Amino acid sequence: MIGRLILRDLRRAWASGGLFAPVGFFLLVAVLFPFAVGPDARLLAQVGPGVVWAAALLAALLPVERLVAPDLDAGVVDQLAVRGVGAGTVALAKIAAHWLGFAPPLMASACLAGGLFGIPGDVLLHLELALLLGTPGLAALGVATAALTAGLRGAGAVAGLVMLPLALPILIFGAGAGDGGGGGGLKLLAAVSLLLVAGAPAVAGAAMRLARD
Amino acid sequence: MSGVACVRGGRTLFAGLDLALDAGGAALVTGPNGAGKSSLLRLAAGLLAPAAGTVAAMPAALAGAHAALDEELPLGRALGWWAALDGGRADLAGWNLDALAGVPVRLLSTGQRQRATLARASATGRALWLLDEPANGLDAASATLLAERIAAHRAGGGAVVVATHVPVDLPGAVALQL
Repeated sequence: MIGRLILRDLRRAWASGGLFAPVGFFLLVAVLFPFAVGPDARLLAQVGPGVVWAAALLAALLPVERLVAPDLDAGVVDQLAVRGVGAGTVALAKIAAHWLGFAPPLMASACLAGGLFGIPGDVLLHLELALLLGTPGLAALGVATAALTAGLRGAGAVAGLVMLPLALPILIFGAGAGDGGGGGGLKLLAAVSLLLVAGAPAVAGAAMRLARD
Repeated sequence: MSGVACVRGGRTLFAGLDLALDAGGAALVTGPNGAGKSSLLRLAAGLLAPAAGTVAAMPAALAGAHAALDEELPLGRALGWWAALDGGRADLAGWNLDALAGVPVRLLSTGQRQRATLARASATGRALWLLDEPANGLDAASATLLAERIAAHRAGGGAVVVATHVPVDLPGAVALQL
């Protein structure tokens, strides 16, 4: 059942071209940055992982408006509730689908970005590992934000204001993990990510239930 | 339902409402706009909690104002998704929707969309149908079809609650004026 929900959300993300938008956005930021900073290879390699993380954060935020609100408006969440599927389960499926939709393509394009910034191989490996650990947290945060801001006018802007401060720990530990400071950064990143993944379905589910009343 | 009260936005819509339906029974809910007809159905579906009283309803199929079908999908697949979730088959033929199976949901007319909503509800195989304005936008032939389908459902031991402005043919139904 939850598999069907995940597949449906993934299909809808594909159908609206939503998978290319975050990745294209991510790559554009990665391409623009060297132009802004200048061609100093040493500097670029140093700031590269941080830029990749900031771009990943924005890419996760990009589809927030169409994660939850359309299903609430169309009565899909109601129909699932009538069938005994709780809002928390719906939120969990949406988190999984959102992650599957943006994280793997993003990690693939992070290799490309690594090349653009001249990030050395071992640092890039660390960065990819950090992305793997951190992006589930970003996806969870995205869905929770989407549920909280569903039905608001100009939800996209509000979503940014809600989500970006909460994503700070992921950004800090994620970018820090790339410095090769041992496994400590990665462990903290995994902890933050786990906390968000565990908490977000409850928050998003409660928000969806409130929207139903 | 016994002694049910419904409060929406701080306003009491109705209170002390009793309704009991047996197999094969039907209730016809009428009342002016905003009287709480849709809220009554949402209470029965378990989507709203009553402010007072108790609601004990078997799992229901709700056909409300929203089709809850994926707009970009062909109708057959959109209905099929819900049918698969319910472990049954989409009920296209029963609502005269066969010819529309390949048409994307967003292109359907009001009446076609209404029939699709009803088809989604009937395919659940659940005994209690909660129909909110089921005759809205239906042409004469489809309205007759609706009455026939409801009658067949009741003959098979199902129960129906219909909230409507438009007259719907429901022989022997409990009338409920809000």
